[in-house]
Amino acid sequence: MPRPRGCRWWTAVALGALLGAARSAMAASDAVDAEPVFMQERLPLLTWIVCIAGATAFFVWRSRRGKPPTIRRIAALEAVDEAIGRATEMGRPVLFIPGIQDMDNIQTVAGITMLGRVARTVAEYDAVVEVPTSRSLVMEAAREAVQASCLAAGRPDAYQPDRINYISDEQFAYTAWVGGAMTREKPAACFYMGCFFAESLIFAETGNAIGAIQIAGTAESSQLPFFVAACDYTLIGEEFFAASAYLSGEPDLLGTLQAQDAGKLAVMTMVVAGAVTATLALVLAWKDGEPWPVLQDASALLQRAMGFQGASSD
Amino acid sequence: MLLQRTIPLWIAIAAGFLMLASSFLRPTQGLGEDFANAFSVIAAIAFVLGAGSLLKANLAKVSRRDAGWGFAVVTLAAFLITLTVGLFKVGVHPSPEFPTAPFSGSQQAADTPFGWLYEYVMVPLTSTMFALLAFFVASAAFRAFRAKNAAAVLLLVTAFIMLLGRTFAGVVLTGWLPDWASGLRLENLSVFVMQVFNTAGNRAIIIGIALGVAATSLRILLGVDRSWMGGGGRG
Repeated sequence: MPRPRGCRWWTAVALGALLGAARSAMAASDAVDAEPVFMQERLPLLTWIVCIAGATAFFVWRSRRGKPPTIRRIAALEAVDEAIGRATEMGRPVLFIPGIQDMDNIQTVAGITMLGRVARTVAEYDAVVEVPTSRSLVMEAAREAVQASCLAAGRPDAYQPDRINYISDEQFAYTAWVGGAMTREKPAACFYMGCFFAESLIFAETGNAIGAIQIAGTAESSQLPFFVAACDYTLIGEEFFAASAYLSGEPDLLGTLQAQDAGKLAVMTMVVAGAVTATLALVLAWKDGEPWPVLQDASALLQRAMGFQGASSD
Repeated sequence: MLLQRTIPLWIAIAAGFLMLASSFLRPTQGLGEDFANAFSVIAAIAFVLGAGSLLKANLAKVSRRDAGWGFAVVTLAAFLITLTVGLFKVGVHPSPEFPTAPFSGSQQAADTPFGWLYEYVMVPLTSTMFALLAFFVASAAFRAFRAKNAAAVLLLVTAFIMLLGRTFAGVVLTGWLPDWASGLRLENLSVFVMQVFNTAGNRAIIIGIALGVAATSLRILLGVDRSWMGGGGRG
């Protein structure tokens, strides 16, 4: 079995980070003064993380015991096979853009995960996927993901590393290259999955002009309207992070989606409770001329639990 | 398998938990910056691979006379010229602190060939690409604002309120409204739309994104999802 090329990079990145961590911890231990070790003001955030981690572990365990959750249909993900099938029939490539940020951005990691799923289908359909990247590390990660997907699809010969290239770290130089390549090669399906900024609309409008099926996913809320306006399907926010688990269909990963939903339910409950208590406190204060401390305290407590630092009962 | 997947996975998990700890424990507070520095060093080394890939892909395109091979020649020429000028500090003036050392100045100064390339080639090209956005916004808006159904009509009306409310046209058109109806003035309506509807929708999306980020990070930290290392699912 050929050795995945990017592994040595992952090892190097992680080793470098660990060495830095050890050095920093040793230096910091000498400088610790009277301040408490734990940052009390971040307790609500830690509580949230522990709760979500606990819910994740619980739902993964539940899924493994044969109770996988039912996931609602996500149109954008249902269309992935259709888009790749169209590209195969037309004899044109599939274009996948994993954003313009590096591997330290969680959106890029989610994009590369999604690339693995897309590349597997591409290999099964005997199509071609082009992945221009704007960071060298992303190129290595993308190559590794595509190679592993081709192997998983039983088509190791389908892996073409020359189709996964580094273009430029410069935002608009990368945009110009991708726009030119789209106009010349006319990919039949375009995937934009990752972190995007001003270039999002340039990509999406160029793709629209060449008649490609376009599926986008990003967590940059300022770019979502552009993708929604110009693409056929858009994964909005959390859907983008759920995409990999959704497409895999594996019980473990689907269990984590249920934990995500449980977190959302908790947030919604707290938002409603906070709004009701804050409103009641205001209304009653207006009516009687005095604030109602119990409600004000409840509202402030909920705000603190949500992580608002400046919340107080005053 | 041990070297390719297991060890990198455990190193990544350990590094992830250390980063998490650095957000809550004071003695480990500086870890975040150290991790970022380590990442920058590795990324800089990886840049050599990127440059190699760029050269290889463009040289292959030129030799095969693929569509647009002329652009590949321009790319290669621009890359090599910029690399040479920057790396060898061509035309750089000595630093005032070390006037006898010819390479002591910075190549990023405005009066150097490297600075000239940036100021008179890079900046105009970048601005040109950015300026294209205006036309793309117009074409996307034209498509998006067609009144095809009730939702599209709502979008169109909201867009008009925003466009007019954020210009003097809004003041001219609805400035005559009396004070008791000032909430209906376009400039006030646009503020209301931004502060209420837009903020509510945006916060809902942002909360969803935050939970998605947390769930994805935990999937990776707990080793449930290993597809980021290549392959599907748990690999």
